Amino acid sequence: MKIELYGNPFNPWEELNRYQNEHSLQGRVGAACVFVGTMRDFNQGDKVSAMHLEHYPEMTAGYMQKIASEARQRWEVEDLLMLHRYGDIQPSDTIVLLAAWSAHRQAAFDACRYLIEELKTRAPFWKKETLLANNSTRWVQGTAKS
Amino acid sequence: MAITAKFFASLRESLQLDECSVDLSKAHTVADVWRLATNGKPMPPNTLIAVNMEYTDRKYAVKEGDEVAFFPPVSGG
Repeated sequence: MKIELYGNPFNPWEELNRYQNEHSLQGRVGAACVFVGTMRDFNQGDKVSAMHLEHYPEMTAGYMQKIASEARQRWEVEDLLMLHRYGDIQPSDTIVLLAAWSAHRQAAFDACRYLIEELKTRAPFWKKETLLANNSTRWVQGTAKS
Repeated sequence: MAITAKFFASLRESLQLDECSVDLSKAHTVADVWRLATNGKPMPPNTLIAVNMEYTDRKYAVKEGDEVAFFPPVSGG
């Protein structure tokens, strides 16, 4: 299992390939479910030129671990990968890469879905976007759950 | 005997405060920490609270060395 926060851009497909090659998952798994979250260049009807992703470093890392542990307890997953950006982000940059490997597809789908939904409501990240039209900034409304 | 209060994102900007120390002798709960740190400003209703990086609520009884964080609903992923 690998959980990491990245301050710089990363290629999710290269990361996924490298992880699979380094962790000899072949044979043990029958399903890999992958989620890649990418920054859009629009939001709420406005063109967006950039985004800053703030986080609470120690708590964010702790909650990513916690969410991964919960997924492993709920489903029979062989392995998990969670990579998340922070800092200054450009449109089309990857924000998050999540992967769940399992013997069967149902557990892989369910675990991957759990990772993203729980990340979005519990991991302390906050997005501040810059609008293309006038360079003004605004915070993206989050979803409350604890 | 002190408690550290931290503020993040839009809450940090609106309060113009990112971190401060609160005297434990005057603070029994998270709500007291907020009141002392912000000079009695009202807490926005959607504020999330974490003590030592675990979610909790404003009634939580604080102790020496606690790190109390206040922040708006999260928006990662």
